[in-house]
Parts: sequence; C-alpha cells; structure tokens
Amino acid sequence: MNTSKLGIDFEKVAYGKRLAKKISDEVENFAKDYSTVTCERTICRLLGIDGVDENDVPLPNVVVDFVKEKGRLNDGIMYIMGNAVAQLKKTPNEIAEQIAQGKLDITTLPSVDEKQARESLQPYIDASLKRIIDRRRKRENYIETIGEGEKPYLYIIVATGNIYEVVIQAQAGARQGADIIAVIRTTGQSLLDYVPYGATTEGFGGTFATQENFRIMRKALDEVGEEVGRYIRLCNYCSGLCMPEIAVMGALEGLDVMLNDALYGILFRDINMKRTLIDQFFSRIINGFAGIIINTGEDNYLTTADAFDEAHTVLASDFINEQLAFAAGMPEEQMGLGHAFEMDPQLKNGFLYELAQAQLIREIFPKAPIKYMPPTKFMTGNIFRGQIQDALFNEIGIMTHQGLQLLGMMTEAIHTPFMSDRYVSIENARYIFNNMHDLGDDIEFKKDGIMQTRAKKVLDDAVNLLERMQSEGLFSALEKGIFGDVKRPRDGGKGLQGVFEKSEHYYNPFIDLMKGKGGKE
Amino acid sequence: MSAGLYSMEAKDFDTNLDLTKVKPYGDTMNDGKTQLSFTLPVPAGDEGVEAAKQLLKKMGFENPMVVFYKELTEGFTFFNCYGSCTHTVDYTVIHVPKVESNVMDMHENDQYIKDHIGRKIVVVGASTGTDAHTVGIDAIMNMKGYAGHYGLERYEMIEALNMGSQVPNEEFIAKAIEMKADALLVSQTVTQKDVHIKNLTELVEMLEAEGLRDKVILCCGGARITHELAKELGYDAGFGANTYADDVASFISEELARRMGK
Repeated sequence: MNTSKLGIDFEKVAYGKRLAKKISDEVENFAKDYSTVTCERTICRLLGIDGVDENDVPLPNVVVDFVKEKGRLNDGIMYIMGNAVAQLKKTPNEIAEQIAQGKLDITTLPSVDEKQARESLQPYIDASLKRIIDRRRKRENYIETIGEGEKPYLYIIVATGNIYEVVIQAQAGARQGADIIAVIRTTGQSLLDYVPYGATTEGFGGTFATQENFRIMRKALDEVGEEVGRYIRLCNYCSGLCMPEIAVMGALEGLDVMLNDALYGILFRDINMKRTLIDQFFSRIINGFAGIIINTGEDNYLTTADAFDEAHTVLASDFINEQLAFAAGMPEEQMGLGHAFEMDPQLKNGFLYELAQAQLIREIFPKAPIKYMPPTKFMTGNIFRGQIQDALFNEIGIMTHQGLQLLGMMTEAIHTPFMSDRYVSIENARYIFNNMHDLGDDIEFKKDGIMQTRAKKVLDDAVNLLERMQSEGLFSALEKGIFGDVKRPRDGGKGLQGVFEKSEHYYNPFIDLMKGKGGKE
Repeated sequence: MSAGLYSMEAKDFDTNLDLTKVKPYGDTMNDGKTQLSFTLPVPAGDEGVEAAKQLLKKMGFENPMVVFYKELTEGFTFFNCYGSCTHTVDYTVIHVPKVESNVMDMHENDQYIKDHIGRKIVVVGASTGTDAHTVGIDAIMNMKGYAGHYGLERYEMIEALNMGSQVPNEEFIAKAIEMKADALLVSQTVTQKDVHIKNLTELVEMLEAEGLRDKVILCCGGARITHELAKELGYDAGFGANTYADDVASFISEELARRMGK
C-alpha cells in the first residue's frame, strides 16, 4: 500500500491519474488516424534505408518527399515500398538510391497482391527489430556484468559542437563519476525536418544529433564504462520535428535516455500540436521497445513561469506525460518525468517548498526514474553562490530519491561548461550523495507542517488544472493558453504540412510489433 | 603549498590608494592578490605545478601559488592558484559608453509616456535567428518581469508583443511593419562562435534595405551584449547583464520623445 510522508490523499492522486488518462485517450484517439512525414521516414529507417543523396539529403527524406509529391503518402511507406520490393526484387535501400538518382518512380508500379507486398518486407522488419533487441541485450549485459551507478544517476551535459571533442569531455566526465552523458544538440536542430548525416564537427551551442555521432559516442562510453567499471548511459534529444526518427536511430545505436516531450515542443518551440503528438506516440513506442528512458521537459515551464506559483503546472504535465507514455506501451521504469529546482533563492523557506514538491512527485510516481533539473533561472554569474544553489539542489535529490539528477554547473548562465566546471559539479554531488545518503529515510515530515501543507496545495491545484484540461480537451486547452500561459492554435506552428490522414491501405506493423513489447522477441 | 598562508612578511609596498594605479585588493591596499583557476592539458605532478606557476608569472603575478590541483582526466589538470598582480590600471581616464537615460520605474515611465508622447509606444521583441532561449526576452517583456521589475507587457502605456524564440529576422521585420513598431528588442543568448554578431548584423542590414532602420528604435540585449558592442553593430542601445525592463523602457521612451522633438 502507498505510504506518504507528506500525508497526501492517494484517492486524489488516483483521480488525477484518471483525469490524465482521459486527456491522453483523446489524443490517442486522434493520433491513430494520422501519420506524419517523420513517422514515414522512421519506417524507411526501420526498413534499412540510410545514407544521403548527392545533395546531402537523407534518403528517407528523398523517398518520403517523392511519394508525397506524387500524392501517395496517405497510403504509407510500408504499402508503397512493400509493393516495390515485391515487384523489383531489390532492397528498400537500393530502391531509395534509385529514386534519388531519378531512375525510378515507385508510385506507378503495378500492384502485386497486398499480402505478398507485406511479406516482401518481413526480412527487413525482422532485421531491424533484431538489431534493436540485440542493442538492448548488450546494455542489459553490461549492467549485469560491469554494473552501473547508484541512483540518482549523475547526469551531465556536453556541448562543444565537435563530436570528437565531445568524446574527450564525455570520457572525462565519466571518469569523474558521471553516469549519464547528454550531448546537447546544436541550436535549431529541433526545427529541422530531417536528421543530418554522418560525423559532425560544427555546431552552435551543441552538436548535431546524427546516427554516426550516436555510434561514435556509444563506442566511447562503452570504452570508458569498461575502464571505470560502470555502465555509462548516453542521452540525446528525441524532440522537435524528427521525434520518431531520432528514437529509432537511438534504438539502433544503443542510446539509453532521450528527452521526449511533445508538450514542450508545442509550448516552447511552436511546433504544431497535431504533428508533434502523433510523432511522440510513435517515438515513445520505439523508446519503450528499446528500453530507453524518456525525459519529459516540465522543467522548462519554470524558466518562464514562477516555480512557486506554477508548481502545479509541472505536476499536471507529469500526470499527462505519464498517461501519454502508458498509451505508447512504455513501462513506468522508463518514464523520467521532469521537474526542477527553480525557486527564487530569496524566497523564505524556498528549500522547504522545493523539498516538499520533489517528495510529492516521488510519491505520486513511485517507480519512475524522476528527472530532476538544477537551478538555471536564478544562476547569476556569482559562481560562489551558484555552487551553494547546486548543493541545495543535490541535497533534495538524495533525500527524495530522484532518479536522474541533472547536475547544475556553477558557471550556468556564463558559458557551456568547462571540463573543470563538470569536475566541481560532480564532486559537489558525490560529496552530498554520500554524506547525506540515508537522511531522507531517517526523517519524517511534521504533520500539517510547512512541507505537508505545501504538497497538498500543489496536488489540489494540479488536480483542479487537470479537471479544466479534461473538460476542454488537450488541444483546446493548449489553444486557450490554459497550460503554461502560452496560446498555441491547433492549426498553427511548425510542421503541420507534414501531417496526413491514413488511407485504407495504410499500415505500420511496427506499432504492434513494438508497443509494450519491451524488447521481447 | 601553504607557505605564505599566514605570512608575517613586511608589506614592502605603498598601501595608499592611487586611482591612477589600481590593482586587485585582497586584504591590504595594493597587495594585488588574485585568485585564478584553470585547466592545463598536462598530467598532474611537479612539472604541471611548475607549468602553472610559470604561466602565472607570465600573466604578471608575483609569488604564484598553486593551492590545489587535480587531474580531471588523463592529461588534463585543474589548478586553483593565487598570486599578486603586478599590473595596474589608470581608473581616472576610463570612459565606458553607456545607455544615457534616467531610469524610471513602471509608474514613472507610464506617466512620462503620457506626458511626453501622448500615446502608447509599440514594442516588438523576439529572440531571433536560431536562438531558442526566451529567458532574456521574457525577463524584459513578460508581464511578471524578473527580479521584481515588471515586464513591458504590464506597462499601461506600452503595447508589447513578445514573439518568443527562433524568430527569423524576416518574420520579425514583417511583424514590426504590421504593428507599426516604435521600438524593436532583439535578445541573443547563444553567443558561441559569435553567432549572435552575425544575426544582429543581418537584422540591421535588412532593416536598412527596407528603409526602416531610422524609423525604429533598435535595441539588443543578452548576457554577453554590451552597449558598446550594440553601438558598433548599428543599434541604438545594448542591454547586458543586470539590466531590467525599467532600463529598456526608460531608454525607449526618452529616445522616442527626443526623436519626436518633445
């Protein structure tokens, strides 16, 4: 039975989850009739189509754009490619290359029997699934043999622009104690409607997410993991206009953690809500299947909204994100629901409120590896105070058993972290996690004290917000700005032109093969 | 390593403040004491420490001390150091270009606009180019403001539109024309590889090409922006760290009043 240090009402939590489920059901119900260009490109990738044409356009884009121009995308890539493979006896990748060379129109081929078309793709489907399962097994094997860090995992970011420089920084971070290395993406990649190809050495504020870069990083982290005797997880960003493509690339190359949050894209990147919710559904199915932990982006609300006033918004979003992940067949153990330590340091008893909220999220989502984000908004350039802010954040992290602790940098707001900044930060966390290891289990909260009262209020407010959102529906709530104070029109934002309705021929076998299958053969 | 921690040595330097020869202050005037930290791409060890000390001397520090060092990863060592700076600067001849305006709070500013302009000022702001950060423009424009300074949206006499992040310069200009903006605010947070310079320059060039440059008050802001840099790039003002909506609004209203000859 659930026990609560905060004295929260678990009936109310269950009610909140039911409301969130209804919100999620509406989205799922809408999404099932639609697909998007990136979902189709994901299918291309799952059929083994990779590489670029002579203008560096990725072959999955070449194929999908071609079929779209011919007005046949509604039938889906599986249907059209299945027919082509059956007719031409070539691999999907060979067919893609011929399309790129302008030698082939796969939309005008005579139709073979639909069953035969489907069967022609089976070897490619099997090969991709096997590769993803093997990747997953490799991770599981590493964790069984060389082990892993204790939770909260120490999560650091690297952002140099050059993948080879990233390798050096990431390995240094792992040697200093980091458990998760996130490679920040270059500014603006989220708005590209394609995934760049190959190893990259140029980027602004980050490094391009490409399949080759994933491969380079995985290899580097496996090497250093064996050296330090601890499996090192690799994190990237499965967000923006290519969510499911990044998911599948991560699944193929052994990524472990992915930022994956449509609500974030809608509110903060002005990505069209239909587009990104459809994309997210497929991407979460893939992430779930590959054993990848997703991270949701609730922390971002607090960079604009006030962390004290809007704490319930974060919690409400966590409720919804949990249900959207369930809908995609994801187990709780892979749901890195997000929140952040972002209260104004001048706020009296701010630490108590932060502690109450962190404990609240822990209790509401007991199995989830909660992702806790460090202070950023009130990091001022005063690195000495910054180090203390990060220490308070770490104290809450260990006391409330957070899953993934994204380490704060005292030089936040100044520059992307130096190698030494990461050292200082990791040392801070390791000191506190060791020195205060069991404090959380050894203390109770005063009945009806400041923290219990705070937790109840945040839960009440979150459930009220969920009630309003459920009666509106998610799309309408987002249009009215009920969520996060940002209004987003249903048919506005980026990427809507990439959404299409499925025809009667459309099929995507990967949904059934992957959803909720968690890497089982 | 800790030699000199409780130094009893006589102070053999002039301990009077001379603003023409200013140097760092540790605990005694003109002691020049400075703390530094840096990483050298060398292994930890005596040679590494000596390298750090020699570097400090080249930087102009006497009595260089390495008080802590740690090899971060193979071949990279982090040093915490102290030294006494031998260089000085003449404080009396320093001139820094600054935004010339009397900073008013929101209520004073609203009143000023009523008195001197007689209509609402239209301000359009955005984080432009590929920059995905809204933290700067939000701090200046959002109703709530930042650190107790209300944002422009809250001003009675300012019609403020915050376009958010990743706004292409073309869209930004189109919106400015549509709204007949009096002032444009551009926020730039990402400054790696000087991407902000390129983007800020492009905006000025586009405004000039459209014949709009002189019709708007053009401001940029961000943690790494200075007024001097802004002027150099062709902006009317730049707002760096520790400036708030008050500073921006005051500048805009006074500048607009000046341009209107009021």
